[in-house]
Amino acid sequence: MLVGLEHYLILSTVLFAIGLYGALSKRNAIIILMSIEIMLVAVSIALVAFSRYIVPLALTGQVFVIFIMVVAAAEAAVGLAIIIAIYRGYETIDATKINLMKW
Amino acid sequence: MGLAIAFWILAIVSVAAALAVVLLRDIFRAALALILCFLTIAGLYVTLSADFLAAVQVLIYVGAIAILIILAIMLTREVQRGGLTNKLQIPVLVVVVLLLGALIYTMVSTPWAVSTAMPLVPTTPVLAGKLFGEGGFILVVEMAAVLLLVAILGAIVLVREK
Repeated sequence: MLVGLEHYLILSTVLFAIGLYGALSKRNAIIILMSIEIMLVAVSIALVAFSRYIVPLALTGQVFVIFIMVVAAAEAAVGLAIIIAIYRGYETIDATKINLMKW
Repeated sequence: MGLAIAFWILAIVSVAAALAVVLLRDIFRAALALILCFLTIAGLYVTLSADFLAAVQVLIYVGAIAILIILAIMLTREVQRGGLTNKLQIPVLVVVVLLLGALIYTMVSTPWAVSTAMPLVPTTPVLAGKLFGEGGFILVVEMAAVLLLVAILGAIVLVREK
């Protein structure tokens, strides 16, 4: 069975859905960050697949994926720093108990 | 044919690893499953003939982000259990399944204009031309540098002892 564009798109959608479920339903803030990383990577797969199958000579999708990696690295650094700062003040990283900014 | 076998193995392992990240109760094992997921996705980039991106994926995601996450797990010893879910689990599951169905339906029914040209190998010189060359993405590259600088400064300011 030949692998085409749709296979990669469906794989990317499944990974994105798993990441979305984790990001919305988990209580541990680190697990939420890990789920967000899975979502970013899933979108990257879709971009590389489009780049490979629709414009194989332009590679624009791969350039976008490089920028997604930059943003993911920045997001992981700042997000984990926020989690560690919260842990210092509250002794917990349970996202349901951190309600300082809840209205 | 070999490409198809590689795709199916990598796809199944990556989906299983992503499920393990979300479902495992031990947060440290979830982080290890996340590393496996990142590695299989680097393999998927190879099957898409994106060689440079596969190397960068291993370097940045496995080498930097996963290590950062494991470090944060070590520093926040209090909750080693990651399997706990909040009250919204069932509604979230319904929404996610609906979204998954809608996206898969859209992707399968759209007539993509698939090109028959062979992919470029290696991709590195073309990517370098796109990023730094005439009419490329040089402005975005400089903005990415500023973004990384701001992220580093922000992380230092956030975790600094008063």
